[in-house]
Amino acid sequence: MNLVIANSAYIGVFLTLGAYFAGVLLQKKCRLAIFNPLMIGIVLVIAVLLMGRIDYDVYSESANYISYLLTPATVCLAIPLYQQIESLKKNWIAIFAGITSGVLASLGSVLGLCLLFGFTHEQYVTLLPKSITTAIGMGISDELGGIVTITVAVIIITGLIGNILAENICRLFKIDEPIAKGIAIGTSSHAMGTAKAIEIGEIEGAMSSLSIAVSGLITVVGAMIFANFM
Amino acid sequence: MYCKIDNPAAMAGAMYLTAWQAKSTESKRMKYLKQFLIIIAVTFVGELLKYMIPLPIPASIYGLLIMFILLVTKLLPLHMVKETGDFLVKIMPVMFIPAAAGLIVIWTDIKGIWLSLIVITVVTTILVMAVSGKVTQAIIRRSRTK
Repeated sequence: MNLVIANSAYIGVFLTLGAYFAGVLLQKKCRLAIFNPLMIGIVLVIAVLLMGRIDYDVYSESANYISYLLTPATVCLAIPLYQQIESLKKNWIAIFAGITSGVLASLGSVLGLCLLFGFTHEQYVTLLPKSITTAIGMGISDELGGIVTITVAVIIITGLIGNILAENICRLFKIDEPIAKGIAIGTSSHAMGTAKAIEIGEIEGAMSSLSIAVSGLITVVGAMIFANFM
Repeated sequence: MYCKIDNPAAMAGAMYLTAWQAKSTESKRMKYLKQFLIIIAVTFVGELLKYMIPLPIPASIYGLLIMFILLVTKLLPLHMVKETGDFLVKIMPVMFIPAAAGLIVIWTDIKGIWLSLIVITVVTTILVMAVSGKVTQAIIRRSRTK
């Protein structure tokens, strides 16, 4: 049996899709933010791997065919963005000011909390790119001498929190303007949050997509400057 | 296996009908393939740029910018990428599961500091969401009341 699993080219894809759909079904039954399909999917996959004593490499070798589509899918985020180009043109000052303030809040709060927890410089630069998309974040962390695997972990946890809590946080802070919602979600929790923004609405999804690219690019410069502060 | 029609004229008619049906669905079938081709082509150009430009910017971001420029300049009409693009965007959440499940491998690196990592992550994520959302909303509303 173990040999079959280890040699299967489809086990990872099957497990990933199955776990996600289990999450979708569970969310239909109980409409709670914590029953988030992405979250349930991740927990189920980890549970199956641990209980079945399946090596992560065996799983990922097959599941990578799904991750493979992430790059073209991100490229396609340009489509909803293009469809909202009128509201982008009309509100570009608000949009860019919002994203820039979010990036500064991210870098500033990481600085403050790292000082509070007494983290080392290495740990600090590891956390600096936590709010942006994984590929850019890894590059920045590596460049600044951070621990790339931890950066990836923190970026994923950030995205997951954004995906789960986005609606609640927007309600709590009375952010109800669709453009502002999208910018808030994309700037704070990159593509994983954007997946939620797309579910909320077309404008939210488009603005969140834009925020991934813009906040990522601003953070490249911002993190280099903030790295000198601690 | 074999066709049960003995009459050559009826057979020709049946063949013509199949050919006609195939032709009407062909453009549809080819549509998705063509859309996927264009999306992959743009992604590939993004990948090339990533190798040529020494910045920590991934292929996906270059690709997104190229796709956006192509659409805005109308060099690429929307209908040539729409359905396949929408499909990829809609199934995106699933694509994060494999990497996120990789947390079980990274776990050994963060075991000692996981609690402070969670605190920092939760606090900063909420803060960034509130700040960027509030700033955007305030400016939009101020320009509206003018």
